[in-house]
Amino acid sequence: MTKKLTHLQHLEAESIHIMREVAAEFDNPVMLYSVGKDSAVMLHLAMKAFAPGKPPFPLMHIDTTWKFKEMIAFRDQRVKELGLDLLVHSNQQGIDDGINPFDHARYTDIMKTDALKAALDKYGFDAAFGGARRDEEKSRAKERVYSFRDKNHRWDPKQQRPELWNTYNSKVNQGESIRVFPLSNWTELDIWQYIHLEGIPIVPLYYAALRPVVERNGLKIMVDDDRMRLEEGEEPKMEMVRFRTLGCYPLTGAVESNAHTLPEIIQEMLLTTTSERQGRAIDHDESGSMEKKKQEGYF
Amino acid sequence: MSTENNYQTDSLIATDIDAYLKQHENKEILRFLTCGNVDDGKSTLIGRLLYDSKMIYEDQLESITKDSVKSGTTGETVDLALLVDGLQAEREQGITIDVAYRYFSTTKRKFIIADTPGHEQYTRNMATGASNCQLAVILIDARYGVQTQTRRHSFIANLLGIKHIIVAINKMDIKDYSEQVYNDIRKEYTEFARELEMDDVHFVPLSALVGDNVVNKSDNMPWYQGETLMNLLENIELSQDANVDAVRFPVQYVNRPNLDFRGYCGTLASGVLKPGDEITVLPSGVESKVKALVTYDGDLDEAIPGEAITVTLEDEIDASRGDMIVHRNNQPHVGSHFKATVVWMTEKPLVSGKQYNFKVGVSESTGILTKLDSQIDVNTLAENEASELKLNEIGQCEFSLGKPVVFDAYKRNRSTGSFIIIDRLTNVTIGAGMITEAVSGSQAQQVISPEHISDFEIELNALIRKHFPHWDAKDLGGLLK
Repeated sequence: MTKKLTHLQHLEAESIHIMREVAAEFDNPVMLYSVGKDSAVMLHLAMKAFAPGKPPFPLMHIDTTWKFKEMIAFRDQRVKELGLDLLVHSNQQGIDDGINPFDHARYTDIMKTDALKAALDKYGFDAAFGGARRDEEKSRAKERVYSFRDKNHRWDPKQQRPELWNTYNSKVNQGESIRVFPLSNWTELDIWQYIHLEGIPIVPLYYAALRPVVERNGLKIMVDDDRMRLEEGEEPKMEMVRFRTLGCYPLTGAVESNAHTLPEIIQEMLLTTTSERQGRAIDHDESGSMEKKKQEGYF
Repeated sequence: MSTENNYQTDSLIATDIDAYLKQHENKEILRFLTCGNVDDGKSTLIGRLLYDSKMIYEDQLESITKDSVKSGTTGETVDLALLVDGLQAEREQGITIDVAYRYFSTTKRKFIIADTPGHEQYTRNMATGASNCQLAVILIDARYGVQTQTRRHSFIANLLGIKHIIVAINKMDIKDYSEQVYNDIRKEYTEFARELEMDDVHFVPLSALVGDNVVNKSDNMPWYQGETLMNLLENIELSQDANVDAVRFPVQYVNRPNLDFRGYCGTLASGVLKPGDEITVLPSGVESKVKALVTYDGDLDEAIPGEAITVTLEDEIDASRGDMIVHRNNQPHVGSHFKATVVWMTEKPLVSGKQYNFKVGVSESTGILTKLDSQIDVNTLAENEASELKLNEIGQCEFSLGKPVVFDAYKRNRSTGSFIIIDRLTNVTIGAGMITEAVSGSQAQQVISPEHISDFEIELNALIRKHFPHWDAKDLGGLLK
């Protein structure tokens, strides 16, 4: 035997194994596609897992309606290129109530978590793939690959099933479900390296470009459309920036950057001294807030 | 102890990122387990590995610096253990209560740490963490030497098939970096390791708190000529671990995108598979030849253990999930009876005669415990008679399944020799088993049969399913057909 698996080949094989296991054992799985870099890798792995066929499950995007315009354009183009089914779900009640990231502290709960739960119920999905990684945040370090959720989509850190070898327990009763994380063992560096090696398309927002931003609470927020409310004295400035993570534009901080290629992005990531989640307003306030969000059903 | 180290940010990153990426394309992966008691400084050791290998970002450090004041145990200095102790509830209790996974990498390897707790009641967590690991770091507090828990951890690591052991003798700073202390502990452990027939055992004296011999070589122990913990982790040879002799390809998923293609998807558990190989599909025994090893990136010349592939065969045969493709001249066991060592993971004890669900690789079956040969005391390794297996107990058991499955002994093959036991009412994983040997049909006690479930039980079950469908009770009568 002359061949040897590299760490990326090993991670790839593990993820593919997980995806096939889900496709074989669940009645109605779905892949949550958030359009970001982790989703890009997850989707690429799904194409590999079922080649020469297509993944035997649809993609679903929870659209808060506040995503970057470029994300939506990229999403639609990608799905068309690959010939896949995409479900898009938004919280219509939230839209009607005018819930927005500026006025409502519970914006993420309502437009993201509630919308996700409602969509899973609406279609009766018994398994949902998510692109979360264990290295992202402390409360995720103990997350299983198969994360059990009760009828109310709640995650209970004390009631998780032991997970041994690559033997996964897919048993659920009616209404219960499993969130499946095939990228559990990937790190941010693995993701970028793999995107680079495999030539996986990603949203252009990850690359540096001149973009209109305002400085707010220490974050550089991009003015992506005219719904962005400018406060007194705020004047959008064109700056050379890029995004390390993507989400709702009013809540996502850009970083100054001159990274125009993937190796430059990776270089910047390796030389930087802050973790990628710092660009997100969501878990910044209290170390442990992500854990609370998870218990309520957020990914 | 200075904070400078050999793992400063690689200068290639800044000067030649392409060369750096090339270098990092060929890394191996190593999964290892850390075991020790709450007070052995295990979390501090992991925190130290992450910190000294530059895997900690400033904002994370800032966050734990804040937390160190709130719940830390180190006073003024940053409590590195807080990097590792994840969930809030646990942090408030000051203990780690589950398996947590950590990641770091060097130019040589990507590491996945399974961090598991040391309490006696958490045998199940350690077994869980160990199941995917190739190596275990066993922490010994230099002040106390080889303890009962050291034996317990070593036994479980060995039981779960971990081939490489590093004994980290921690807190050497408190024992004045004494060579005598190190030698005594080393001698005692070596004797014990011989009993367990562990052959790849390494020792390193260190202090996780100050950083001696973790990543950086210590000036405080000039008498120690060996490698640092990090060097050991980077260099221990893993290539002999894979079983390349016996082809075991469990069919996980049948891919039929159109009428012209029928591919058997799965992860090659062991052996090397090539196009043209003569194979047998088990349990049916149907024979064929490998036509191609299909992947998204093109057909392969050969597949090695761990690769996720799609196999097409020369003949139109009907294999399905749970079947196994093997070489004709090297076959595993096919049967419904076997002996296994079991780790029990739930409050309700494992009892004979009760129906459980089994998942052996990707094959599912119902089954029962037919005989509990003994319960093993993980502290003394003594085998005791027992009538049931309680939470966190380990036992030698004999099982009888409802249908034949394909398997090997765990010692020969971790992936085709392991199984999980699932509770039929709660669906929770309640046990983990490692097959020791097959039991032939005539020796086995035939117990999967209607006489073990009374007519009353079947009638009651039918009534419950009729009147209380929302209880989701399984069809007991149907299962016996």
